[in-house]
Amino acid sequence: MENIAEYLKEERSQPWRDELRKSMKAKERTSLERIHMPEQDPEERSHNYLEVNLGLTEEQALVESHRCLDCPDPTCITGCPVGINIPKFIKKIEAKDYLGAAVVLKETNALPAVCGRVCPQEVQCEASCFYTVKLKKTPVAIGNLERFAADYERNSGKISVPEISEHNGVKVAVIGSGPAGLAASGDLAKFGYDVTVFEALHEIGGVLKYGIPEYRLPNEVIDVEIESLHKMGVKFRTNFVVGKTASVEDLRKEGFEAFFIGSGAGLPRFMGIPGENHIGIYSSNEYLTRINLMHAADPDYDTPILRGKVVAVIGGGNTAMDSVRTAKRMGAERAILVYRRSEKEMPARIEEVKHAKEEGIEFLTLHNPLEYFADEQGRVNRMKLQVMELGEPDASGRRRPVPVKGSEFDIDVDLVVVAIGVSPNPLIPHALPGLEMSKWGTIIVDKETMQSSIPDLFAGGDIVRGGATVILAMGDGRKAAAGMHKYLQEKVKSR
Amino acid sequence: MNKIVEKEFFSENVCKFIIEAPDIAKSRKPGNFVIIRLDEKGERIPLTIASSDEGKGTITLVVQRVGVTTAKLLTMEAGESIHDVVGPLGKATHIENVGTVLCAGGGVGVAPLLPIVEGFKKAGNKVVTVLAARTKDLVILEEQMREFSDEVIVMTDDGSYGKKGLVTAGMEEVIQREKVNLSVVIGPAIMMKFAALTTKKYNIPTIASLNTIMVDGTGMCGACRVSVGGKTRFVCIDGPEFDAHQVNFDEMLQRLGSYKKEEAEAYERYLKTVQ
Repeated sequence: MENIAEYLKEERSQPWRDELRKSMKAKERTSLERIHMPEQDPEERSHNYLEVNLGLTEEQALVESHRCLDCPDPTCITGCPVGINIPKFIKKIEAKDYLGAAVVLKETNALPAVCGRVCPQEVQCEASCFYTVKLKKTPVAIGNLERFAADYERNSGKISVPEISEHNGVKVAVIGSGPAGLAASGDLAKFGYDVTVFEALHEIGGVLKYGIPEYRLPNEVIDVEIESLHKMGVKFRTNFVVGKTASVEDLRKEGFEAFFIGSGAGLPRFMGIPGENHIGIYSSNEYLTRINLMHAADPDYDTPILRGKVVAVIGGGNTAMDSVRTAKRMGAERAILVYRRSEKEMPARIEEVKHAKEEGIEFLTLHNPLEYFADEQGRVNRMKLQVMELGEPDASGRRRPVPVKGSEFDIDVDLVVVAIGVSPNPLIPHALPGLEMSKWGTIIVDKETMQSSIPDLFAGGDIVRGGATVILAMGDGRKAAAGMHKYLQEKVKSR
Repeated sequence: MNKIVEKEFFSENVCKFIIEAPDIAKSRKPGNFVIIRLDEKGERIPLTIASSDEGKGTITLVVQRVGVTTAKLLTMEAGESIHDVVGPLGKATHIENVGTVLCAGGGVGVAPLLPIVEGFKKAGNKVVTVLAARTKDLVILEEQMREFSDEVIVMTDDGSYGKKGLVTAGMEEVIQREKVNLSVVIGPAIMMKFAALTTKKYNIPTIASLNTIMVDGTGMCGACRVSVGGKTRFVCIDGPEFDAHQVNFDEMLQRLGSYKKEEAEAYERYLKTVQ
């Protein structure tokens, strides 16, 4: 860690940073108000799939960049899972070197335009910003600035490709092309490895493509970042299920010397209540995949989708928000979020909750489904709900929802999306006997190196965590890449 | 991209395709399936693998015209390519020497049954196969089945070929005359339902291979879920084969009809484009 602190200090003492700091008094900087991200009108956007957040204009980004004090001890960085040099990129913006800002982002982050959109900055970098911690003011809009720099670069057409070390000819495999796998492959390519990413689906991007809706993260944004990895020499193989199409052993024989497993937590959970297999009851994964990956809402595409007049989405996380807001865009007259705890306990980002409410989503908190009913064709038409109240805190520290006796009632619904979480996908672990697993089905790894019980296998993201965020998965991918680099250097040396 | 190297119509609505897929040809086992997507705007549909040729790097699929995707596929010719083919997916059939195995196939279900018949025969079992179809022209793969079966009984609904009657009549005939240790049934859901009821009467362990709606085929979406023994299971990763006596076929039949209306409308639109 020491050399990172040294590096940050050295960077900060560069003349251009000194000059910028002196160009405006700290008091003036802190007196500036945080710039609010412009958004599409709620009524309008609830009928289209265009991005809700419109991004900062150049003028807005410049003003916001002046708020950053370029602290001697930039605590914000400690809040970033991929360790972006935050003050440096923000000061690049202040210096109007927007392309330079994007280069700084890419030093440690393979997907800045993605992270600028979907990271929960309010609990990460922005939570440890000097403004939040010491001044008790609204933090610098680090996420919005990250998005600005990345978008500026993309729109300029002058997209930088990170510098890569000399090719070392060592083949490594990355299994899964979601955020963990993409972050790992970016770093592995920078170290000089011959990287191949194996993806089970027909498109690269994992949850970024099939899960997160277009109105929050346009596919075009992801594709540009994937193209950068292409340019760095990363190879992609779609329609390839490791453990099925070929085993890890087969790939070892093909010369792959280390593996990163970032296969995600793609196994949807259901509640196991009566009627849950009726027609018109989707897992959030299926509902969002049909719409996001398969474009089922577009009549030019062949994949069908059921639409509902009254749609109930079960859950309180970001995926539940994505599903219920999508249902509204799919033409639902009423899109209702059903959550068993209160709004305070919702794991969704505050911004998502706010956006959902603005778009007319109904919140039925402290309610839990008990049973679904169907018409003669088997299509869901009604659900039984129970009122809940909050009891003592449970293991997660949140107050446990307790059923209120005799409170059951029915409501009419014609589409239900179950978004109560996912379990680790068992496909790869099943294909690897000897791999140490937790009782939850996650892969057990060393926390520093991300190495599993099988020395040439490393893992990260949801297959290790069981269900987390894009940025935590990316952090794991970077850590694993470093771990693999160390492992491979020793392996090559001992030859 | 996977090139079609050979195409052969078995009947007007049933067609055999031999497709280049070297990795899948190498790793596939009886019981496995693939998911295909014809073009960039296509849907993903599961198809069971009938056979493969590792040397040539090809797999064989037998496809019946049921909707837009299969109708489009049937118009594709050798030399053209399918955009995406992924697999082999699902668990392989558990094959061992159990004694006598009664295999029953209905419609295009006969195609995925073929490698299973072959597997059980090679494992040293006596294999009796019942092939069922509506009419003579729809009986497929009879010769190949004869190669690996000790006996083949053909049943047609209209009696135009073999014996007249349903698959279950052919199965009963075998069960009545000799001890059957295991039964494998593959075909339309309704056929498997009644085949399972038949073997249940005689307490014969029975495996059914389910072909449900799927999207990703790797456990991610849950479109394929069925109730087996009262528990929700995923056909793509827990199956496709299950204890036929535990499968809730009525629920499966209903779920197979999830998009009946959408499919019919899409088919209408498709017909207009080709006319």
